[in-house]
Amino acid sequence: MAKKKPGKEGVNWDYSPSLESTSHITILPKYELFINNEWVKPSSKKYFKTTNPANEDVLSEIAWANDYDVDLAVKAARNAYNDVWSKTTPKERSKYIYRIARLMQEHARELSVIETLDAGKPIRESRDIDVPLACNHFFYYAGWADKLEYAFPNQPMEALGVAGQIIPWNFPLLMAAWKIAPALAAGNCVVLKPAETTSLTALKLAEIIKASGLPPGVVNIITGHGDTGAAIVNHPDINKIAFTGSTNVGKIIQRAIAGTGKKATLELGGKSANIIFDDAPIDQAVEGIVNGIFFNQGHVCCAGSRLFVQENIAELVIRKLKHRMDSLYLGNPLDKNTDIGAINSKEQLETIEKYIKIGISEGAEIYQSTCELPGKGYFCRPTIFTNVAQSSRISQEEIFGPVLSIQTFRTVDEVIQKANNSPYGLAAGVWTDKGSRIFNLTSKLRAGVIWANTYNKFDPTSPFGGYKESGFGREGGLHGLGAYLKMKL
Amino acid sequence: MKVPISFNKLPTSPSIDKVGVEERVARFQTRSIKNESKRQGLDLVLSMIDLTTLEGKDTPGKVKQMCYKAHHLHDAYAGVPNVAAVCVYPSMVRIAKTALNGTDVKVASVSTAFPSGQSTREIKITDTKFAVDEGADEIDMVISRGKFLAGEYNFVFDEIASIKEACGKARLKVILETGELCTLDNVRKASHIAIYAGADFIKTSTGKIQPAATMQVTYTMLMAIKDYYDATGIMIGMKPAGGISTSKLALHNLVMVKEILGNNWLNNEWFRFGASSLANDVLMQIMKLETGVYQSSDYFSID
Repeated sequence: MAKKKPGKEGVNWDYSPSLESTSHITILPKYELFINNEWVKPSSKKYFKTTNPANEDVLSEIAWANDYDVDLAVKAARNAYNDVWSKTTPKERSKYIYRIARLMQEHARELSVIETLDAGKPIRESRDIDVPLACNHFFYYAGWADKLEYAFPNQPMEALGVAGQIIPWNFPLLMAAWKIAPALAAGNCVVLKPAETTSLTALKLAEIIKASGLPPGVVNIITGHGDTGAAIVNHPDINKIAFTGSTNVGKIIQRAIAGTGKKATLELGGKSANIIFDDAPIDQAVEGIVNGIFFNQGHVCCAGSRLFVQENIAELVIRKLKHRMDSLYLGNPLDKNTDIGAINSKEQLETIEKYIKIGISEGAEIYQSTCELPGKGYFCRPTIFTNVAQSSRISQEEIFGPVLSIQTFRTVDEVIQKANNSPYGLAAGVWTDKGSRIFNLTSKLRAGVIWANTYNKFDPTSPFGGYKESGFGREGGLHGLGAYLKMKL
Repeated sequence: MKVPISFNKLPTSPSIDKVGVEERVARFQTRSIKNESKRQGLDLVLSMIDLTTLEGKDTPGKVKQMCYKAHHLHDAYAGVPNVAAVCVYPSMVRIAKTALNGTDVKVASVSTAFPSGQSTREIKITDTKFAVDEGADEIDMVISRGKFLAGEYNFVFDEIASIKEACGKARLKVILETGELCTLDNVRKASHIAIYAGADFIKTSTGKIQPAATMQVTYTMLMAIKDYYDATGIMIGMKPAGGISTSKLALHNLVMVKEILGNNWLNNEWFRFGASSLANDVLMQIMKLETGVYQSSDYFSID
């Protein structure tokens, strides 16, 4: 065989498929409701299918809880609260939460693969972000469980009782962790409902909770559609509603619980501003734009979906952004090299496509990644719109997909005004080399979370939540713990 | 052909956020290179190596043996490419050139009072011309880090331009010695100066200072090359040197090149590894892919 001579042209080198194995996971053909540490058949006798959005295969059938089932779960939680959990010492509570965290770590590979199959998110993200962060939330709050008097000195605190928790489909396991961990640490019992398109990891978490030996009824996980969620919200024996999801549903919940004495934290939509100044580290800012809007296919409530670029560098930033977009790999979420996975559901894909059409009809200039779309499944190319105005619908309404609207600005005051000119106020990003400018903006931007020279960074110790129509209450950190406690009277 | 312009007319280099660079680099390192792409990548790595010996104790014997290895990497298995070049001191250029006569392996010579660069411009030019006259195809010069850190960017720029002139037809690689520049902002600025002053290649390190070719540094330099290419349409080569001794790290470097600059840079005209122990690790991985088992290091020659 002759020696290979390297040519003067580049070599066409690409990554071979590198699929994460699915041999180590079990998904049952059918899942019941998790009440009192038992698997209970739904009295509705109804089940719905959950599918893999990357290839439309049915993964499993999930029980659909009705009012009666919800009542059963709430009763289980109430009894567990009265008889067991409120009498368990804080130190014991802490041990259970630690145990759940460790068991989750042991099952990390299984959890991340199932998350990827059910939600369509790339395995790189579920493996490196979702699952480790979810474990960390349990670890973090386990630490607080027996230190409440230090967390809130001179304010004797007690648990609220039973918390009803309704979570979205964008970070299924992580949102379950955000909800369950602080509730348990504060001494509450829980009825949790995952989103109908992504129930599987919550049900895996139920298996883990059962294996941890947590007393029956402390955590109940019931599945279903919007009507199941409504039954939780309207149940008279629930002390607190914690909801993450759309602003519309958040408003319905707030109306429903008005006058009932139920406490609530709502974490709703967003249209967060990501602001790039001309002295920013440009290449890292471009990376931040990509992480801000294309992370998890843009299914992120705090996604940096409104980009503000100082006009004198707009051309450069957009050129670099387009180049970076073309190096993103879109495809099978199980492939370890996939950057952009599948859109969570057909309905969501339709919503995103609707907004792309709106953007085009509004006269904005569209650019989409050059990647090819797989033949099957719900996929959307990373998309940016330039020449967008503040009054365009695509810069006002939450799209919840990989679609970025780009506006330019001239001065600091102008960009603060424009960034705040939104019904939402969840997050913002500021990119500049100037420390003083960072402090100026972070004090004037009306958003719950503001990142400086980074974007989409999450940590259990850091509170998360919104202003205005992005909701109220905080999750994470001490604030998140306080949301599950009341002053002892 | 690009014309060196004066330093005063350079566009400013952007600032670099180190944390952001670390995150970006971590993403490259999660790329999974398997099967076909691994095999192809390993061949590519071998063909990009500059086998290097730069020691005070270098002798004609040592250099000749290394040159033989350069085109006989692993005769036990046919079909392995040659390395790109050997890299030696000026006094060894003729010996290397003779030893490599008739092969496609190039001879690169360090110059300009390597590795410190602490000498006069006259001596550096003489040093370079000597290496070229001895037959060097490529010159690896070092920049004056002391002048750079003292803020004398014009001096650094002019020095590179004058060495480029002394190179004649030889390609010029400019070593920034990033381990002495310390910050990524400096790395970026030095890359910028070197490219605009006439470098055909920019190179991280001499191999004498740690840290050498970290992925963060190589990333920063690749971005400078990308920006220059976007501005002028002219390709500049990149050579990380020092500290890359495993196949995995070498493949991750290729991932960076591919995703930042594209496949056009994936050949030894535009990308090199300065390394002495990398070749054997790559050979070991290739033999593992071909035979299914790892062989002991005793099966790979150590010239």
